Amino acid sequence: MTLMEKMVATDQPLLKVEGLTKRYGPRIGCLDVSFDLYPGEVLGIVGESGSGKSTLLSCLAGHQRADLGRIAYDGRDLLAMSETERRRLGRTDWAYVHQNPRDGLRMGVSAGGNVGERLMAVGARHYGEIRGKAADWLGRVEIAGDRIDDRPSAFSGGMQQRLQIARNLVTSPRLVFMDEPTGGLDVSVQARLLDLLRGLVRDMGLSVIIVTHDLAVVRLLAHRLMVMKDGRVVEQGLTDQVLDDPQHAYTQLLVSSVLQV
Amino acid sequence: MIRIESLSKSFTLHNQGSTVIPVMAGAALTVNPGECIGLTGQSGAGKSTLMRMVWGNYLAAEGSILVGETDVATAAPRQIIALRRDTLGYVSQFLRVVPRVPTLDVVAEPLLALGTPAPQARDRAADLLQRLNIPERLWSLSPTTFSGGEQQRVNIARGFAHAYPALLLDEPTASLDAANREVVLTLIEEAKARGAAILGIFHDEGARGRVCDRLVDVTGFTPKAAA
Amino acid sequence: MNDQSYNFAYLDEQTKRMIRRAILKGIAVPGYQVPFASREMPMPYGWGTGGVQVTAACLTPEDRLKVIDQGADDTTNAVSIRKFFQRTAGVAVTEKTTEATLIQTRHRIPETPLTEGQILVYQVPIPEPLRFLEPRETETRKMHELEEYGLMHVKLYEDIARHGQIATSYAYPVKVEGRYVMDPSPIPKFDNPKLTANPAIQLFGAGREQRIYALPPYTEVVSLDFDDHPFQASKAAHDCDLCGARDSYLDEVITDDAGGRMFVCSDTDFCASRRAAGHKGRLWAPEPEGVE
Repeated sequence: MTLMEKMVATDQPLLKVEGLTKRYGPRIGCLDVSFDLYPGEVLGIVGESGSGKSTLLSCLAGHQRADLGRIAYDGRDLLAMSETERRRLGRTDWAYVHQNPRDGLRMGVSAGGNVGERLMAVGARHYGEIRGKAADWLGRVEIAGDRIDDRPSAFSGGMQQRLQIARNLVTSPRLVFMDEPTGGLDVSVQARLLDLLRGLVRDMGLSVIIVTHDLAVVRLLAHRLMVMKDGRVVEQGLTDQVLDDPQHAYTQLLVSSVLQV
Repeated sequence: MIRIESLSKSFTLHNQGSTVIPVMAGAALTVNPGECIGLTGQSGAGKSTLMRMVWGNYLAAEGSILVGETDVATAAPRQIIALRRDTLGYVSQFLRVVPRVPTLDVVAEPLLALGTPAPQARDRAADLLQRLNIPERLWSLSPTTFSGGEQQRVNIARGFAHAYPALLLDEPTASLDAANREVVLTLIEEAKARGAAILGIFHDEGARGRVCDRLVDVTGFTPKAAA
Repeated sequence: MNDQSYNFAYLDEQTKRMIRRAILKGIAVPGYQVPFASREMPMPYGWGTGGVQVTAACLTPEDRLKVIDQGADDTTNAVSIRKFFQRTAGVAVTEKTTEATLIQTRHRIPETPLTEGQILVYQVPIPEPLRFLEPRETETRKMHELEEYGLMHVKLYEDIARHGQIATSYAYPVKVEGRYVMDPSPIPKFDNPKLTANPAIQLFGAGREQRIYALPPYTEVVSLDFDDHPFQASKAAHDCDLCGARDSYLDEVITDDAGGRMFVCSDTDFCASRRAAGHKGRLWAPEPEGVE
């Protein structure tokens, strides 16, 4: 099914979030967040430090438990799921790309082993096939094939990030969480990574939730945008609409603060 | 194909004393399949604003914008995305691209997004680039380094890659020489012939005269300025 | 201080009960690592305190004990531990596998097949098979709980990528009854096939790490591998130079400073029994006069 067909055919959201709230004692992590995410959509969540976007992401990905609200994945209540189920989801349907690739990779395992791990975790038992798939994916993220046996500690930051992406996407997940995936990378490397991500999103029909403070990244990657401030969603809509015709005071401030190069 | 009724818009600048700037009121127009409507009016009168509202880039305060069966003014984001993918095309004044992508792929993108097989999409892209006189040696380069005129032609090629039933053209012939202007106007005529509904902004009177069936002056939609 | 001041087998009765409870849990859930309150023993960590505690908890005065270290009854550690139990439990001891009721071993399984009613106690340094890939105890516990063993195959993958074959030659990981992945202690992978469907009770004790695990009789134990790199129980391609055995695990002994070497059965009792029965290897010679 093409991406377009996928997007139009489904009336069922892939992820349905209602009233998600997380507090840290008296402080608000995120408050009353609601949205739907459909297959093939990229949702950007922007905000400055302390906006609650990282809290929201970690609650959605199951790294933290929200205090209130509901999350339904493919119609299934996430918060009622057993940990086994949630962890299995995390290995198959879901993926999480960390800001620092070292958090998302096994530094002591070769690149091929890193990519192959998810396959082995779901039962792949043929060495030749696993290696073949790993090699294929290294090619897709533009890492030279002869580095398949090298450890990530020998890679540059950009390569490590691309390896992390390969490692996450090898089992064709449906939902990918990304936490500042281009943070800490050189500008030219960022461009390359964004281009790669766009292609993968389109070819694989991925749904992505990407958290970032960089408006240029969301403009290029995200279909829809949510702006957060002090734990609350202050505005959401089409990315280009929110950035070109911001309605909320904070969004207007954010947009006008971006340096034009 | 495109039907606008009672459309109004204002901007509220929260960070500048919450100034409210009304920019449009009671706008209405219809574009039928096979027609090209030209928007006229002075600079700043609201031509681009209206076009952006049809595209969904600007929000409407009141009114409706029907493109086919979808009311852009009230549609959910994913509906607008779907609309932009197969029904509504937009050639803006500026080319916005991801830095590294080769020109051929930039032009092929709308077709790839629709699921057209890559070789086919690229063939069509090559076809258009050739007609628009972009030399083949440039096709594998990113258009970010091209001249203004070349970028505009890449933009146009991308806009015409897929046969959109509805098309928005913002100054498509600006910064083009006579030969290329001719190509663009021919493209527009071909689109009309296959039944596309086109809404365009043309500063060039000659171009306007050639392709537009009707003209709509947006000055009529500008609210009377507050005292 | 005379030997009467020790409780039977050194440990007090309460400690033995605690260890037996752990053992029973281990038997009930084959391959699962049961935490236990490992005691300070009169030998340092790394010298078999886990195995000694398990043996102490199992011994009865009627038992006949055999202790081996790398297959041999006469190495320092085997001798020390055997003497320890002779002093503190007064049990009969033997070198013959067939006559022992309880065998404590370090890093080998006897060649002679075991029988129902025998207990084999393994000394284990690091009980956690995933430890070298995942240093966090919290994570490895979760992985066992949720049966997330992909990482184990990553280790084998790395071996093949680096050496062209699975290079792990001892402490080769196994899957028990299709559920838990277990480290069978640093026995050579040659011994792995002896783990499965064994009529004896197999107990594993790790003193420093404070874990006990077990394989009840006739448990299914499968060595991990890949479809296209199946497990192979390999050994040196020689026969024993003393008794001529073809299928026993061999020690390589350097005999001179000119590169001379010989291969002999690692299991001393097995080799001696074969020689007593008349089998002769390439370098067999009759025992000199005057030696028993």
